[in-house]
Amino acid sequence: MIRSRLWAPSALLLASALITSCSSDIPPDSPAGSKGAPDSGSDGKQSKFFDQAEYKKQLKLTRAAPEGPDGKPWEQMIEPKMADTAQYKKKGSGGIHLCFSNAGVFNPWRQVGLTTMKAEVKLHKEISEFTVLDAQGKDDKQISDIQELTGKNCDALIVSPNTTATLTPAVKEACGKLPVIVFDRGVETDCAVTFINPIGGYGYGAVAADFLIDKVKPKGKILALRISPGVDVLENRWSAGKAAFDKSELDVVDVKFTEGDPVKTKSVVADAISRHGTIDGVWMDSGATAVAAVEAFEDAGVDVPPITGEDQQDFLQAWKDKKLTAIAPTYPTFQWRTPVIAALKILDGKQVPKKWKLPQPTVTEDNLDQYLKAGMPPLHYAMCGCENLPGFPEAWGKK
Amino acid sequence: MTGTTVAPSAVLKPDAVRRSRLADPAVGIWLAAAAVIVLGWIVVALAGGQLLTRTNITIILSNSVALGLVAVGQSLVILTGSLDLSVAYLISLGTLVAAETMASGSVLTAVVAVLAMSAAAGLANGLIVTGLKVNAFIATLGTAFILRGWIEDNYTGPAGKVSASFQHLGYDRIGPIPVSIFLLAAVAAVLWFITRRTRLGHHMYATGGDEHAARLSGVRTRRTVVIAHVLCSLCVGAAALFLAARLGSGAPWAGTEARYDLDSIAAVVLGGTALAGGRGGVLGTLGGVLLLAVLDSVFNQLSIDPFFKNVVRGVVIIAAVALYARRGSRRTA
Amino acid sequence: MTTATAVWRKRGTAALGAGAPVYALLAVLFAALALTNPDFYEPDRFLAFVKRTAPLVILAAGQYLVVVSGEFDLSVGAVVTAGVVVAAELYGSFPEAHWLVISLALLLAGAVAGLANGLITTFLRVPSFITTLGMMLILEGAVFYWAGGSPHGVLPEDFRILGRGSAFGWLPWAALACLAAGVLAVWLMRSDFGRTLIATGDSERTATLSGVRTHRVRVLAFVLSGVAAALTAILVGGFSGVSAQAGRGYEFEAITAVVLGGVALGGGRGSVVSAMAGAFSLQALFTLLNLQGVSGALESTVQGVIVIAAVGLGAANWSRLRRTRTRSSGGTPS
Repeated sequence: MIRSRLWAPSALLLASALITSCSSDIPPDSPAGSKGAPDSGSDGKQSKFFDQAEYKKQLKLTRAAPEGPDGKPWEQMIEPKMADTAQYKKKGSGGIHLCFSNAGVFNPWRQVGLTTMKAEVKLHKEISEFTVLDAQGKDDKQISDIQELTGKNCDALIVSPNTTATLTPAVKEACGKLPVIVFDRGVETDCAVTFINPIGGYGYGAVAADFLIDKVKPKGKILALRISPGVDVLENRWSAGKAAFDKSELDVVDVKFTEGDPVKTKSVVADAISRHGTIDGVWMDSGATAVAAVEAFEDAGVDVPPITGEDQQDFLQAWKDKKLTAIAPTYPTFQWRTPVIAALKILDGKQVPKKWKLPQPTVTEDNLDQYLKAGMPPLHYAMCGCENLPGFPEAWGKK
Repeated sequence: MTGTTVAPSAVLKPDAVRRSRLADPAVGIWLAAAAVIVLGWIVVALAGGQLLTRTNITIILSNSVALGLVAVGQSLVILTGSLDLSVAYLISLGTLVAAETMASGSVLTAVVAVLAMSAAAGLANGLIVTGLKVNAFIATLGTAFILRGWIEDNYTGPAGKVSASFQHLGYDRIGPIPVSIFLLAAVAAVLWFITRRTRLGHHMYATGGDEHAARLSGVRTRRTVVIAHVLCSLCVGAAALFLAARLGSGAPWAGTEARYDLDSIAAVVLGGTALAGGRGGVLGTLGGVLLLAVLDSVFNQLSIDPFFKNVVRGVVIIAAVALYARRGSRRTA
Repeated sequence: MTTATAVWRKRGTAALGAGAPVYALLAVLFAALALTNPDFYEPDRFLAFVKRTAPLVILAAGQYLVVVSGEFDLSVGAVVTAGVVVAAELYGSFPEAHWLVISLALLLAGAVAGLANGLITTFLRVPSFITTLGMMLILEGAVFYWAGGSPHGVLPEDFRILGRGSAFGWLPWAALACLAAGVLAVWLMRSDFGRTLIATGDSERTATLSGVRTHRVRVLAFVLSGVAAALTAILVGGFSGVSAQAGRGYEFEAITAVVLGGVALGGGRGSVVSAMAGAFSLQALFTLLNLQGVSGALESTVQGVIVIAAVGLGAANWSRLRRTRTRSSGGTPS
């Protein structure tokens, strides 16, 4: 034991001696102290993810009119500030080699997205090779994947980061070598040529909360169902929902985590009904368990109150079949088409917005029939913008 | 877990320690890893790629570091006849503590803080297993739940900021060799020395081989188990520090999404350590980790469906352990 | 000592020393539930509670058989997920299939998975922890690879009745299934099979010497655990419909339930009824935490503490009772 105590520091010394004399893959301007936790503006009760300025901005974007072709929301952009990309114009002939570092396909949303992206790639004959590396939800692996792809003669790199903060160094490194397109989650650097995402979590949460505030009588009891704590996008959705409820006369009686598990969701809802007598509205931060929540009310023998879900097929179907009072804000899967389109524009030297904000449509009573397509699998996401892509609907799982 | 394997070794207990030396399957796993490298190289070359480029070697090695650190620690616990299922949450917490301490204090404070916290967690595990006599599986599952609650209650996402100087640990390399591999090598060397050359190591093998017999022959088995748990958690702390350096901040899911708990146990048994304890060692574990990393890289090169990867991993793990069981049986028969 | 008498004496002490804490825990939890929410004991509320506990109880009964024979089954969660996905996938291809056909297919598939676990564990002598860990990876990977990431069909109402509906309009089918599984498990444990199973878990050598075919007994335990997991998949799929993560975490919940019931990991001790009571305790604990409004994040901390405390308490009782008895069989910490 005594010897081992001596070993450890001497090994550390050795290691640190080596550190001083070797090459490094750290990007030159390391992100030290660039940005701590988002702060200010919150009232203390809010999650530390709550960012007042961003919240206000998103609510404003929700009302703004997007630019771009009608009926093709994946090519639209809200309040774009175009950036020049002439420096990235691909020289010489030959097909384009497009590369994609994916966080993973660990949920149906991402599966629909990846299918959509692959179909978009098929639309473009000039793309001769499309390499996808799947990080299976591991930050560490995605860092390596990005390093690997930068050494693979890719013409452009698309990144869908697993985590905001932790992939920043890797993306910075890649930016120095080829044009990088980031979408879905962002990274804490603006070195990417363009960052594509829909309006965002605050917009989502606010739309859902406003619907309930409109539909539920004052003093009504609201049950908020969340997937799990600590996921930034979901935290944003809830903090916007909470901000809206705080200002309203509704009473949020319970905030529960379901871990995306329908069995747990049913238990939680049943317990809430039993504990509070009635529940007058259900706010959800995502739609995966919305049907389970609806069924829990049915099983308890009470009417389903106004409920918010997402554009997942099974929820839309239940909404129509059971004539629910519902709304489905979306985090549209059509955003998986945009990075491919953006990459081709960049390699062609055409301008793209530095921050490409996509619209974030909401499924309502009025347009429900437009999005509900019979025969799609239950975990399909309707806002995929994929209806005219090659292989639809079989590639998305219609039997 | 002990059911099938303890019974025969109990019969042979006087030879248990000596026999374990001879039956060291570390050589086998390193040969297997080499075979996978050659085969992988051929397959990837046939598919028009190249497995052993400079970038890929760096990636294979640096992908081995985090799992390697956890797995060598796990080897010690398993050798002693225990188990640690709390490592994944401990890693997550470790990265958070490291990054948050570095955001406000010095690197040294952060390293000390992470290691101290890890040691405390290991001590708790060890004391629950030995003192409260709770089965290691349940005890460490319980501490995993406790850590999870703590993390989820206090963190809502990535937090803290790792200082630039510390990030060198995650990104620097000498030629194709990432410096972090030296951290793994140093830790593994220390653990190898402890297990093979010290009294404590003998006691670990003895405790894992047959706790009752070990206690009768004067080994303080409880203390041995506790120390094994503390050493394991220190390794986990080191893995957390490495991941923090690589990720640049703390991440509440750094350990769980990569399934370090089950993956580390898989790597340990892949390396020939008996799950019931008493046989195996650190070197075999390193071979197991390398094999898994090379497999991952080959899958990457061939763009294999991630779901299919799991199938292959499952088959490899079962097949490897079945092979060990066969070889072991021939020797004892 | 001869196995038969030793086993019976052990089972006697098991009921006292290891079984008692779980019933005390269950009583405390039920009392706490009554205090928190008196409505809990209204018949329909309570039956709803039984309905959603049923899957875990059945899973715990299956897991008990494996654990008491000295093994682990970590693959049950994956079997549940796979079962739900396979059912949805089958309905996607054959929407008109009869629910009984699909259910029987699932039970058969569960048995096959269990058979594979058992054969690999006994004949290839791979520790069951590794066998079933590998099986978990294989099943999860293979099923989603086959389904292309997520299931394609919808589970129709007639398939879902078993998990969601009620007989005579008030008695959940799931409760009946749970009761049936319980009766079957008790009957099994009282039969020759049960005695040899416990003897095998207690000491494989002794059991072999006294003529027990330990391999066959263990394989059967794994098969039954696989079938129980498939039944759970039918109930869970019925209860809440298609999901890509139906069984996530069930393996640890089932093992926790069994251990809460005072069943020793490593085999040879504990009763199946206690194990099922352990499952009820675990679900009662979840419900209580939920009704108490404990912060969602802290739930797992409370769960961790209670599990360690309950098992620690059980272990303490045990060591006092067992000190005079043989110590060679169960002393190792794993």
